[in-house]
Amino acid sequence: MLGFGAERLRAYMNRLLALLFHQGVLDEQFLQLQQLQDESSPNFVSEVVNIYFHESEKLLRNLRGLLLDREFSDFKKMGSHLNQFMGSSSSIGAQRVRNVCVAFRAASEQSNRAGCMRALELLECEYCYLKNKLHELFQIEQQRILAAAVRYPPVQHPINNP
Amino acid sequence: MAKGGVSLETKFHVLAVDDSIVDRKLIERLLKTSSYQVTVVESGVKALEFLGLLDDKNGSIDSTSHSATQNHHQVQVNLVITDYSMPGITGYDLLRKIKESTSLKNIPVVIMSSEDLPSRINSCLEKGAEEFFLKPVQQSDVNKLRPHLLRGKA
Repeated sequence: MLGFGAERLRAYMNRLLALLFHQGVLDEQFLQLQQLQDESSPNFVSEVVNIYFHESEKLLRNLRGLLLDREFSDFKKMGSHLNQFMGSSSSIGAQRVRNVCVAFRAASEQSNRAGCMRALELLECEYCYLKNKLHELFQIEQQRILAAAVRYPPVQHPINNP
Repeated sequence: MAKGGVSLETKFHVLAVDDSIVDRKLIERLLKTSSYQVTVVESGVKALEFLGLLDDKNGSIDSTSHSATQNHHQVQVNLVITDYSMPGITGYDLLRKIKESTSLKNIPVVIMSSEDLPSRINSCLEKGAEEFFLKPVQQSDVNKLRPHLLRGKA
């Protein structure tokens, strides 16, 4: 009976993914990541994404630290952090986060501190949403794997079966 | 890094260079799915070190050094794929050093970049890069490496 859950969980995952693509939160590059996952690298997507989360949170802290400094003037350094954030977001298919970085970088190139502050808040928001949704996706995937394992337990062959 | 034995003979060895930790993970996986042996480093300096183009004593670049010749102490590299924009030694600098090296100039070099700039692409190709990939790099890009690798083995 537990095995029935695997199908429903897969359907839920597909709906969630479709929603994220529809919203532009994820783009085609995320599918590329999924295609790189197989038996030899069964956790590839979550591994890359977790590396991305770790790096992104560091970059967001750096960006916030720079902007909150009253004597801040190093827009070039800000641009450098943003380029990094843009690059890694693009690499995992985080389209909306990447787009906010582009706008943020434009404000930074104009030395527009208020614009940068607004962009940072939007960026934190988008990142938060992405992280929550991807965590949800990975959790459902884990549950689906467990549910599928219950449904298909190892088969015992009788001894005298040729 | 350097492994003795049969595997080095049968698999192409690709050296990947990128300062982005996410991109290193990605390129490593892409290359491994093509059954290449992969070494990934995070900077141009580490790449030069690995290739034996760095004079360890005083850190200067020594492109004519005998240590750059591929003897049994040196791991053989069949292709270098590098990001363009890196702090310190850029991918372009790395390309140049390899092409100016007497021992390593025949190693095919591929450049990756997140920026689609014709001037950048042209200068890399003119310097001897075999391919220029726009990031994010995909399987279809990595499939283009094989002809360059096969040519080298001939």
